[in-house]
Amino acid sequence: MINRTIAPEFKQIEEISLIQASPRLLDNGIKLFIVDAGEQELVRIEFIFRNVNWDVLRPLQAYATNALLIEGTSKRSSFQISDSIDSYGAFVQPEYSFDYSSFTLYTLSKHLNAVLPIIKDILTDAVFPPEELDTLIRNQKQKLLVSLEKNDVVTRRVFNHSLFGDTIYGHLVVAEDYDSIDREQLLEYYKRAYQPNNCTIIASGKVDNHTVSKINSFFGSEWSANDDFVVNSFQFSETLGSTLYTEKPDSLQSAIRLGQISVSRTHPDFPGLQFLNTVLGGYFGSRLMANIREDKGYTYGIGSAQVSLLNAGYFLIASEVGADVCSSTMAEIEKEINLLRTELIPHDELELVRNYMLGSFLGSLENAFSHAEKFKSIFLSGLDYDYYTRYIQVIKEISSEDLLSLANKYWHFDRFNKVITGKK
Amino acid sequence: MVKFDRFTLDNGLTVLVHEDPTTPMAVVNTLYDVGARDENPSQTGFAHLFEHLMFGGSLHIPSYDEPLQRVGGENNAFTSNDITNYYVTLPAVNLETAFWLESDRMLSLAFSDKSLEVQRNVVCEEFKQRYLNQPYGDVMLKLRPLAYTMHPYSWPTIGKELAHIEEARMEDVKAFFKKHYSPVNAIMVVGGAVKTADVERLAKKWFGDIPSGEKYNRNLPMEPIQLEPRRLVHYADVPVNAIYIALHVPAKNDQGYYEADLIGDLLSRGNSSRLYKSLIKDRKLFTDINASLTGSSDPGLMIIDGRPSEGVTIEEAEAAIWEVLKQLSEEPVPETELDKVKNKIESTMVFAEMSLLDKAMNLAYFEVLGDAEALNKETERYLKVSSEDIQRRAQSIFRKENSSTLLYLSNS
Repeated sequence: MINRTIAPEFKQIEEISLIQASPRLLDNGIKLFIVDAGEQELVRIEFIFRNVNWDVLRPLQAYATNALLIEGTSKRSSFQISDSIDSYGAFVQPEYSFDYSSFTLYTLSKHLNAVLPIIKDILTDAVFPPEELDTLIRNQKQKLLVSLEKNDVVTRRVFNHSLFGDTIYGHLVVAEDYDSIDREQLLEYYKRAYQPNNCTIIASGKVDNHTVSKINSFFGSEWSANDDFVVNSFQFSETLGSTLYTEKPDSLQSAIRLGQISVSRTHPDFPGLQFLNTVLGGYFGSRLMANIREDKGYTYGIGSAQVSLLNAGYFLIASEVGADVCSSTMAEIEKEINLLRTELIPHDELELVRNYMLGSFLGSLENAFSHAEKFKSIFLSGLDYDYYTRYIQVIKEISSEDLLSLANKYWHFDRFNKVITGKK
Repeated sequence: MVKFDRFTLDNGLTVLVHEDPTTPMAVVNTLYDVGARDENPSQTGFAHLFEHLMFGGSLHIPSYDEPLQRVGGENNAFTSNDITNYYVTLPAVNLETAFWLESDRMLSLAFSDKSLEVQRNVVCEEFKQRYLNQPYGDVMLKLRPLAYTMHPYSWPTIGKELAHIEEARMEDVKAFFKKHYSPVNAIMVVGGAVKTADVERLAKKWFGDIPSGEKYNRNLPMEPIQLEPRRLVHYADVPVNAIYIALHVPAKNDQGYYEADLIGDLLSRGNSSRLYKSLIKDRKLFTDINASLTGSSDPGLMIIDGRPSEGVTIEEAEAAIWEVLKQLSEEPVPETELDKVKNKIESTMVFAEMSLLDKAMNLAYFEVLGDAEALNKETERYLKVSSEDIQRRAQSIFRKENSSTLLYLSNS
C-alpha cells in the first residue's frame, strides 16, 4: 500500500525559456516584431497604435474610431468587409484600451494573401459612414443603460474616476458623450493615430519570410505618415482615502472596490509588489480568498491586482459580497492589509507563493500567441527582456523582510479610496 | 488532429494520454459522468455544490489547493447540465503531485462539516452574483422550465432556488459521492510533456487500488415532443425590453446537431451573419441579437436572444426575428454562404489546437459521449452538411410549436 499522507517529491522551476520577439523594420520605418513558433499553420498580426490627443470634450473619439474601422472604406461597404473576412474563416478584432488602440487579424496561413488587402484597406482607407456611426451610437447607448444597472460596473467607474479624474483612465462615460461624437472627429483621429509613425506590428504563429515580405509589401509603403499627434500624458496625485457609496436598496450583494495609485511596471519595486499582491489576493489560495471566501463564505470571489498603465500604476481589491456582510468584509480587508504591514510572511507561505508564481509564469508561455503577449507587456511599457530576467530573480529571491517593507511603503488602508455600490 | 493513447485500469478508470512535447507543462483533466441533469428535482444545484466540496480536503490530504500551488500548479473545475470536470495544470516535472491529489479525492473526501457550511454560503453568493443580482440574470431560471417540461434540463446547474442549496445535508453529500465519484464513472485525460508509459505507471500506482464503484446507469425522463408554442411574459426592473426564443434541437451526438450549429452560425456568427445584418444593420430593429446552442448531451436548445431598439414594439421585434428564421426554412442557403460558416469552423478548430487544456477537456468530453476519436471527426461532420440538410433542419427547428418565448419586459 502506498502512504497517501506523504506528498511526492517535487522540483522548483529552474529553466524558463522565453521565445524572444525578433525585430524588423518595414520600408517606411514601422517596427515589426516576430514570434515565429508553433505547429499550426496560422498567424496573428496585431497592429498597435498609441492613444493620442486626449480631449475631455470628445471622450469617445478614440474609442469610436477604433470601433468603426471595419464599418466601411471607400472601396468596401461594412457588409463586404465582414463577408469577405468571414469567407476566409479569418477573424478581426478592433480593441480599445486606456493606452492603446489595436487591430488584430487571426487567419490560417493559407488565406493570408487574400486577407491582407482587406486589412490594408481598413487601416489606410476607412471612411466612417454616418449610418454606421448612428448604429454604433444607438447600440452603445442601450448597452450603457444596461451596464449601469450592474453594481460591479458602477463601482469600477466610480473607482477609476476617483483615482484618475477626467482623464482617459477615469472619465465617466454618459449617454450624452455618445451624442457628441461626429464623423469629422473620427476622420481627424484616424488620420492622426492610425499611421506609420504611431504604429507597431507584432506577428506571431507561423511567421516565415514570405509572411514578413507580405507584411512589408502591404504596410511598408503607400501609407502616409505624419507627426501631427501628441501621445497622451497624465500625472496623478495620491489618493486621499475617500469613501464613495452609491446606495441600491434592492441589492442582494454589494460590489466593492478599493485601492490607490501605485507604481507601474517600469519601477524597480514592481515585481516585488506583484509578489506581495499575489500573497494578498492574486491567486486562489490567497489570504483574501482564504479568509473571506473559504473561511467566512461572504463571497463567490475576491481578488486584488497590481495594474500597470503607461502614465500610472494602481493597486485594487475587488469583490461582490452579500449585502449583509459588506461592512464585515471591509473590516477583514483592513485586517489583512495591516497584517502584511506588521507581521513577516511565514516561510512556508513565502515558498508556496514563490513556486506558484514560477509555475504560473511557465504556464503562461503556452504558445506563440502567449510569447507575443509577454513581449507586448514589456515593449508597450518601454522595457526589454531584462525585465523578465529580473522578475524571475525577484520571485526566486525575495524575502519576508523585503515584502514587509514593501507593504509599509505602498499600502495604507486609510489612504485607499473605497467604493461601495449596493448596501453598506 | 489530436492524437491520444487510451488504457483502462482494472477498476474501470479510463485514461487517455495526449503527448504534446511543445510545452513544459502537463494537464490532468478528470471528468465525472454526472451533471445537473442527474439531480433530484427537489435537490437541484447539488452537482455543482458538490464540485465545490471536492476542494474541501480528502481522506489523507487536508487541503487540495495548497500542495498543488506549492509545486507551481493551478486548478479549477466546472459543472454543466451533463458533466462535472476538474482540471489541473502544472509543470510536467511535478506531474505526480496531481496524481496524488486527484486520486485521494477519488478514493474519499474528508466530508468536513465546516467545508459544507462555508461552500453552501459561497454557492449562494455565486447564485446571487450571477443569477439574481444582475439585470436579466435569471433568464435561464425562467426559460429552461418553459422549454423542458419533463427532462431535468428544466433547471440550470446553479439550481432552481437558493433554498435547495441552503438545505443540502451531509448525508446527501456522502450518498452523492458514493453514487457518482468512482473509477467506473470517471475519465482522466493527461496531456502535455508526458509519456504514456509514465502516465500508465503513475495511474496504476495512485488510482489502481481505488474500489471501482458501481456504474451509474442514467435513466432520465425523455422530453416529449413539443406540440404547442409556449410563452411567458415577465416584468422586471430592467432598462430595456428583451426577447428570448428557445427552440428544441438534436443532441450533440446526432448529425442534426452539426446542422443546427451551422444554422446558428449563419444566423449570428460575425457581422455578416443574417440576424446581425438584417435586424441590427439594415432594419435597425435591434441593438443586440444572438443565436446560440446549449450543445448538450441530450437534445438541447437553440436560444435566440435580442434587445429591440428604443421605440420598436415587442410584437414588431418578435415578428422580425421569425422572418429571418423562416427564410432559412423557405429558401436554400447559397453555397457561398454555407462555405463561409464552414471555413470559420475549420479555422476555429485549428486555433483550438493551440491550447493544451482545451484539447484535454475536449478529449474527455467526447470520450464520455462515446469515443474521444469523435473530436477528430468533428470538422468532417460539419463539412458534410449540405444546403438541403440546412433547409430541412431549419424547417424542423423553426416552427412556432417548437418554440418557447420569454418576453422579458421593462417595468418602466
